[in-house]
Amino acid sequence: MVGVGGQGIILASDILGDTALAMGLDVKKTDTLGMAQRGGSVTSHLRIAPVVYAPLISPHGADILLAFEKLEAARWVNYVRPGGLVIINNHAIPPLSISLGTQKYPADKLIIESFRQRTAKTLVVEGSKETERLGDVRALNIFMLGYLSRFFPIKISDDLWKKCISERLPARIHDLNLRAFARGKEVAASVAI
Amino acid sequence: MNKVRKLLSGNEAIALGAYHAGAQVATAYPGTPSTEILEAIAEHKDIYAEWSTNEKVAMEVGLGASYAGVRTLVSMKHVGLNVAADPFMAAATTGVHGGLVVISADDPGIHSSQGEQDNRHFAKLARVPMLEPADSQEAYDFIQIAYELSEKYDTPVLFRITTRVAHSKSVVEIDESHSRPARSKRFQHDVEKYVMLPSNARTRVPNMHKRITELVEFAENTNMNRIIQGPDRLGIITGGVGYQYAREAFTDASFLKLGMIYPLPPKLLRSFTGKVKKSFVVEELDPFLEEGIKILGINVEGKQHIPRAGELNSLSVYNAAVKAGIEEETGRIVDAHAVKDLPGRPPLLCPGCPHSGAFFVLSTMGQRAKLLDAAGKSATESNLIITGDIGCYTLAAYPPLRAMDTTACMGASIGQAIGLEKAGVSGKVIAVIGDSTFMHSGITGVVDAVYNNAKITVLVLDNGTTAMTGHQDHPGTGVTAQGIVTKAVDIEKIVRGIGVNDVQVVNAFDVKAVRQAIKSALDHDELSVVIVRGDCAVKNKKRSNPRQVDTDKCNNCDVCLMIGCPAIQKKDGKLHIDINACMGDECGICSQICPKRAIVPVSGK
Repeated sequence: MVGVGGQGIILASDILGDTALAMGLDVKKTDTLGMAQRGGSVTSHLRIAPVVYAPLISPHGADILLAFEKLEAARWVNYVRPGGLVIINNHAIPPLSISLGTQKYPADKLIIESFRQRTAKTLVVEGSKETERLGDVRALNIFMLGYLSRFFPIKISDDLWKKCISERLPARIHDLNLRAFARGKEVAASVAI
Repeated sequence: MNKVRKLLSGNEAIALGAYHAGAQVATAYPGTPSTEILEAIAEHKDIYAEWSTNEKVAMEVGLGASYAGVRTLVSMKHVGLNVAADPFMAAATTGVHGGLVVISADDPGIHSSQGEQDNRHFAKLARVPMLEPADSQEAYDFIQIAYELSEKYDTPVLFRITTRVAHSKSVVEIDESHSRPARSKRFQHDVEKYVMLPSNARTRVPNMHKRITELVEFAENTNMNRIIQGPDRLGIITGGVGYQYAREAFTDASFLKLGMIYPLPPKLLRSFTGKVKKSFVVEELDPFLEEGIKILGINVEGKQHIPRAGELNSLSVYNAAVKAGIEEETGRIVDAHAVKDLPGRPPLLCPGCPHSGAFFVLSTMGQRAKLLDAAGKSATESNLIITGDIGCYTLAAYPPLRAMDTTACMGASIGQAIGLEKAGVSGKVIAVIGDSTFMHSGITGVVDAVYNNAKITVLVLDNGTTAMTGHQDHPGTGVTAQGIVTKAVDIEKIVRGIGVNDVQVVNAFDVKAVRQAIKSALDHDELSVVIVRGDCAVKNKKRSNPRQVDTDKCNNCDVCLMIGCPAIQKKDGKLHIDINACMGDECGICSQICPKRAIVPVSGK
């Protein structure tokens, strides 16, 4: 899972890790924040299997890339295994160098093409627009989990998702986030893959 | 027995393991990737845990507690052990009473540090045993063994982790019915053991060598060192997180996994390597195991193939093995092409950061903006040299601010500034240091400046927390690691007490006042201190009336972009403020510096 600091990536990977742990699987999870508190690149490696050794995913080793931001997606192209699943939130957060005019944000076509060369399973989802409609863009991470749930190779029951989401969030935002999860799942249902 | 499975980080597992082993005192100074150890253990209110002033003090407090007979945990990042090296070496000489475990959290790949160093060398230097877990379960299990070793062999135990073990979460099986062993707290007077006069220290040294000899016997038999039997074509010797990468890179090999890194077990190594056709050492950073094994006369390969700098991963280990002719290129893993020339996303000072205003002011002084190129280079000396320190504010070295010329280690800004001034640079010299770093090791620098009449300015950026490592309290905040309200140490009183006459305190969010204070300090040819005070925005969490750009007034001069605030962006040639990121009235720095007064509150247009 990749994106920009503040998008809730670490929390999303915590929740997915919780579901796998509850199903009795081995889980290793490592987050790379570097020095970023806000606004830097964030990456979370999550590995789920009967037995997991390495905490890090190697280049060419990711079954799934869940990207919350387009430029951050592009950074990780070579981590996707051929034929892997790529889900990109169609949202751009320009880094300061773009605002200062010293660099250019890569074109959508370049990003999408670089993934399509590696895998036919490259999906673009309007996560930020959908959650804005739901009333709070901060529910993006849970929306993305809902969208992912449709394609996730391990079948996780809705009850378990609900339990794991609720356990990690304060009660006052349960309703919003469960709606975001349901909406993500609903949007994914219409995707042919 | 009541066993539960939990997903814990290595740091959380260490804290829990130490607690279950009966640790009663825990000390630390925050430092990535070690910080969460003390945070986790401090939650147990039946033990004593403190944020110490710095790592040296943490080690000394830990040593005192050990002398009193209690089990003690001292944790720090790799460079922290440099700071604590003096008392650590003394601890290695005196030995302990209650078990003393010292955590060194190394940072291969330099995720959040000023350098890369392999602290396994400290074990050899100090002649103390070193353990290294490969995941959270081992962290939890090994720490309990570490306490037994410490007490049995009368030695501090070094416990080395790396970022991927410290911060990765993995499954740990915990016995929740675990009861903590009770220990008596009693200092037993023993002048010859604890007073390191030369005559006493001399008698201790043979003990240090003797215990390593005895520990070799332990290393031969401990199940922390274990063999995973596979085919005899290849034997992999490894430890720490390197083991995890090796297990995935080599699907057809035998493994000797070392959990005890120092001293090494010669018999076990000879027996393992004797049964395989080829032996290969997989370890991150220095060839520490490899050299130790080669000295035994055993033929192994390793670092001539495996990268020596940075982190490993399963692919880099596999590629090294292919290069070495140990594994055949199967096409199972091939490196792929990334998209080229992507814009970077370096970390920035946060929206609402109290440091932004001061650095914006500094970036406009001494012709820095004119002289320094995009890479921050200038052959011509500017009229203002800024020595920096360790903390969030080091980010001001990035463009657009470029308001930092040096950063070495905790507290170095002040000494470096004195050195530049005494060497006779033509312009002014400012040292910039945070509040926690000032407490850690800035004070002695100011003492030096007063004593030696250094004509420098020290800017203390006081945001009321140790921000970079995740908002830990420190002596200046008046709250302890366990949440107890205590006396706050006053920076202003300290510097006045040391003898600084020119001391000013200003509001970090009043740009005009900050500029005047710095200008006044630079204009006087004497030592001065400016304390720039404003709460960390991330800790403060308050926000109100976010700003927006009045496009009728804005003339696109882009001055606001020079603050480097992530909330201020330029989209399609127009300046725009992200209202979800902006802290509004809590900050207001951009509104103050806009020449056209075009940045206004959303609500109060």
